[in-house]
Amino acid sequence: MPENPIYIARSSAIAARALAGEMMVMNSADSTFFTLNAVATAIFQAADGHTPLREIVRDRVCEQFDVDPEQAEADAEQFVAELSGHGILLVSNQPLASEKPR
Amino acid sequence: MSLMSEVGQKAFNLGVPIAVHLDVTYRCNERCVHCYLDHDDHGEMTTAEINGVLDQLAEAGVFFLTFSGGEVFMRRDFLELVEHARRLMFNVKIKTNAVMIHEAEARRIRELDVDTVQISVYSHHPEVHDAITKLPHSFERTTKAIRFLKEQGLRVTIANVLMTVNSADHAGVQKLAAELGVHYTLDPTITPMMDGDTSVLSLRIPGEELPDIFHNPALVGSQEEFCAPPKPPSEEDLEGYSCSAGHSFCYISPYGDVFPCVQFPLPTGNIRQQKFLDIWNLSPQMKEVRSIQAKDLTVCSSCSHVSSCSRCPGLAYMEGSMRGPSTADCEKSFYRTGVPTANMLRQGLAKPRGRSGNHAPLIQIQPIAVPA
Repeated sequence: MPENPIYIARSSAIAARALAGEMMVMNSADSTFFTLNAVATAIFQAADGHTPLREIVRDRVCEQFDVDPEQAEADAEQFVAELSGHGILLVSNQPLASEKPR
Repeated sequence: MSLMSEVGQKAFNLGVPIAVHLDVTYRCNERCVHCYLDHDDHGEMTTAEINGVLDQLAEAGVFFLTFSGGEVFMRRDFLELVEHARRLMFNVKIKTNAVMIHEAEARRIRELDVDTVQISVYSHHPEVHDAITKLPHSFERTTKAIRFLKEQGLRVTIANVLMTVNSADHAGVQKLAAELGVHYTLDPTITPMMDGDTSVLSLRIPGEELPDIFHNPALVGSQEEFCAPPKPPSEEDLEGYSCSAGHSFCYISPYGDVFPCVQFPLPTGNIRQQKFLDIWNLSPQMKEVRSIQAKDLTVCSSCSHVSSCSRCPGLAYMEGSMRGPSTADCEKSFYRTGVPTANMLRQGLAKPRGRSGNHAPLIQIQPIAVPA
């Protein structure tokens, strides 16, 4: 478990919309298209830049989905790293301003 | 099936309007010889009204948003509208002639993370392009704008509408697109004027010239696949629907009128008087469009092309019945495969109609996407 909290925010470069509870996300830089399942959608929607990931997992994932907290946090970190690699999420150890189009 | 196709099918099945084409104005700085629009402003929506529409579209689940016109940059607030749309996280595509795009506009479009800019180019010969747009130096200004957009790293597509006056130029425009590093789309579409005037249809490419396009691998890819004879329709094919119009796609005019598609002038409601979702969900016209299955089509249900034809219900509607055939698509199917359609056989047309004997009301063909 990392000592420092992880903060996540949605990039301004993306397009996103929920379709039947699952989030469609497209990165305008390379038109990479993703759909997120219900758990990933919950994390994505809570990515406001100032709520620590651990808190998001506790309040949005473990509360709504019957999952083991430690496993959920590990999965969430992996998911966040993957979306960060695609420029969908911004990740920092400091609070972030959730990006709006400039 | 690609992920994108899966999502499109899901939206179709759920009746979610995943894509909307919004014309923000019919005004234009060009006067293209083939244009179907009346360029006067009859009371287009204000900035606040359009922003309100965008809010409603986001709420309704729209993901893909196309801004078009007219010329979108005739509105001084256009980039403000794009900014609002991006704040609502739409995937935004802009259709424009690009004449008013300079470095500053290109930079702003990049900053707003617009997905694609589609630009009309009619010929690689400036004099031919300018004669079609009736705007002197438009070719020079448009191609300069494409370079500005490319310098910003934006995705650009050249849309090449083909008609009699530029029919020989598609290879040149395709080459120009490659030189500029942009995608190329061929569109042999000429549409009747909005007031029903069909005089512009004299610019259509004669049917006898269509095989040159459909059988050109540089334009259609695998000729074997594209021109393959139709397969007999299955039960599933006959239970199927024509296209996404009214199912997961619709069109909104600058005056707030909502239609199933940009080529389907069946009024279903006005967004100034009703909520978008009320029109989408409750309009009897939308429901009727949605109800039509291939087996319900008066002529096409017995046609060998029914499972592969690009039959446009909007064009069929303009010909008299949204359940009837679209002559233009019949011709497309015929010239693509060489197999006559049920509609042609019904009319006793045993062979293709050429320049002299073509009484079809229009030639209307969906764009053919060509990889860059």
